[in-house]
Amino acid sequence: MKLAGQTIELLKKEIILEWRSKYAFNGILLYIVSTVFVCYISFNLNPGFKQSTGYSIVWNILFWIIMLFASVNAIAKSFLQESKARLLYYYTIAHPQAIILSKTIYNTLLMSLLSVLALLVYLLFFPNKVDDILYYFITVLLGAMSFSTVFTMISAIASKAGNNGTLMAILSFPVVIPVILLLVKVSKAAMDGIDRSLSLNNIGILFAINVIVIASSLILFPFLWRD
Amino acid sequence: MKFIYKTWWKVLAVVLVFYTLISGLLFQVPRLDILHETIRNLYFHVPMWMAMLTALVISVFYSVLYLRTGKEEHDLAAVECVNTGMIFYCLGLITGMLWAKYTWGEFWSGDPKQNSAAIAFLLYCAYLVLRNSIDEEQTRAKISAIYNIFAFPIMIVLLFVLPRMTDSLHPGGSGGNPGFNKYDLDSHMRMVLYPAFLGWSLLSLWIATIRYRIRLIEHKKNAIN
Repeated sequence: MKLAGQTIELLKKEIILEWRSKYAFNGILLYIVSTVFVCYISFNLNPGFKQSTGYSIVWNILFWIIMLFASVNAIAKSFLQESKARLLYYYTIAHPQAIILSKTIYNTLLMSLLSVLALLVYLLFFPNKVDDILYYFITVLLGAMSFSTVFTMISAIASKAGNNGTLMAILSFPVVIPVILLLVKVSKAAMDGIDRSLSLNNIGILFAINVIVIASSLILFPFLWRD
Repeated sequence: MKFIYKTWWKVLAVVLVFYTLISGLLFQVPRLDILHETIRNLYFHVPMWMAMLTALVISVFYSVLYLRTGKEEHDLAAVECVNTGMIFYCLGLITGMLWAKYTWGEFWSGDPKQNSAAIAFLLYCAYLVLRNSIDEEQTRAKISAIYNIFAFPIMIVLLFVLPRMTDSLHPGGSGGNPGFNKYDLDSHMRMVLYPAFLGWSLLSLWIATIRYRIRLIEHKKNAIN
């Protein structure tokens, strides 16, 4: 239970730090809004796009691509922004598993909030008929969780390897591609209003990937932080 | 590590590979639509993936061992196994693409398994790039070992779980290849296929050990006493 207590304390600390500065939240929100706006303006250069047949497919994929890049940027910060001295301090007072767990949970919360806001902004600029809106929201939350688990561990690895953004992208994209594929499939099914039970299989795999990633993060992170 | 200096398994590898070359080209194969004689490629395409898998499993094993012991040789073994795995990966892709050209009509037909294989390739390329990005040897060994262990289950999901969930031209997918299915694999084919798995896996192991021993000599030469 010591681990759970430490995780909750560290999570509180992350939230308080974020609440004071609101830097990550506002920064990423602005990032998402500007990306959506750029897409909106660019697509509007082509009249008739919204009536075209491929619109709903582009709509769905574009949303996930925006979310992918937003989450890379949001979560890359989780280890990169910490100074070396502060990390050292954490390691003296807390268990490494508590650190990675608290970061993962914090990123999941942050990304869930941001994803829902992003979807609302996106729907404002790109109106679309989503048949099963509740299921789509659930998929978006699932996506936020999956991105957070993968990117948190990768950002821990990348931060140890010279803190550069390129490395973060090349390490994480192959890992995240299966997640994206499943998310696009499930969300397209939600959009078309296909019976929910048909997507349960894909959601199961998504959960399985999350479990694998979290388990391997918990096992591997204690080796990673030690210098 | 005594095992890698033994001779018997290397002889076995050579014998098995020659056996599969000869019997794979001469033995009776079932006649199937679309596939015809190209079914013989089964003996050469699938064992490449087996050989890759063997090399990568051993690589993960040595990465785990490195994290536990911190011996530099284990890191060298892990990276050389990945390098060997990549060679067999490319061979598996090439044999698969040639086969696809004659049966499916295109070198790259966007089959889920092909796409997954391409992503898994990126995964291991990222591993090699990660190694190059770190100068300090021990940090490099540690971080790349961690990434190797992290990437392995993802690779398994990509190559062996996801393609089975969707329509795939490969056997095992829910779509399935017309005229070719797991159940068509008769006992004659098994007699060639299973030795081929073993033979090519041992061959990949052999290549990895030679590369590892070269690396070890270089490593000892560069060491400061």
